[in-house]
Amino acid sequence: MDSVLSEDPVALKILIAGGFGVGKTTLVGSISEIKPLRTEEVLSDRGIGIDDLDGVETKNTTTVAMDFGRITIRDGLVVYLFGTPGQERFWFMWDELSYGALGAVVIADTRRLTDCFPSVDYFEQRGTPFVVAVNCFEGADQHSVDDVRIALDLDEDVPVMLCDVRRRTSAKEVMITLVEHSLRTLASAN
Amino acid sequence: MSDSPQWFDEEAGPVVRPYALIRGRTRSSGDAFDLVATVRAIGDPPAELGPEQQLILRAARNPISVADLAVELDLPVGVIRVLLGDMRDNGLISVTSPSAGGSRSNERILKEVINGLRAL
Repeated sequence: MDSVLSEDPVALKILIAGGFGVGKTTLVGSISEIKPLRTEEVLSDRGIGIDDLDGVETKNTTTVAMDFGRITIRDGLVVYLFGTPGQERFWFMWDELSYGALGAVVIADTRRLTDCFPSVDYFEQRGTPFVVAVNCFEGADQHSVDDVRIALDLDEDVPVMLCDVRRRTSAKEVMITLVEHSLRTLASAN
Repeated sequence: MSDSPQWFDEEAGPVVRPYALIRGRTRSSGDAFDLVATVRAIGDPPAELGPEQQLILRAARNPISVADLAVELDLPVGVIRVLLGDMRDNGLISVTSPSAGGSRSNERILKEVINGLRAL
């Protein structure tokens, strides 16, 4: 196995996106050891109004914590999960995160489906393979997968599935569906 | 920030903000390091190395990602990148970027990931 050991470790990135409070952190925590990853970022003009920095003019950075999980497939093959910061003003971070990413999971809540529109738009435009995981909150209508697909105006090949992000088996199923989708996207591109 | 050092009180002394560790810089040759780029310690550490750099070298004896280093040292990614840029320029570490789009480009690896996820 010497040849394998001398290979560079393979690190794959999967992004977890969706609106605020939709279950991104829970999903990452269900399937991996979750750690908060600190990034210190410059506030955009837009953020300055929102964060109300009156009286602290010297402060031009803010700390953003990102959910960060790691799944070790084997020695030298690791899948990293990054929960994307939800606020629009952190979108510049998405470009970095999505560069070379294996794919993305967009978590949707049927009670506020519009929250995931920006994520869907973003990954469609970037050409990043993604799946839509409809988190079934208790008391939420079990909208059919087809309804969600129509509401989000998704391409036929984009997988849409129901899930419960709190359950490990469900979280696993979402990840597997995504990687299979990425594999198909790859195969059709070749 | 004013030019004079900021003190919390006499007992605590100066509070070292993360950016003080990197002398106020926010840009370095490490800017472009991917979050999942692999860092490895190489070469012999010089004696006068700062504590953070020493921690990085220790953590990078085995290959470790930029993101993992940030978590391990509990420092923002931006700070880690500046430190890593310096350390690479000084020949203390090597940084291997995941090849562009490479994560999508290998069917064998993706199949291995699928099987690995199933086995979790």
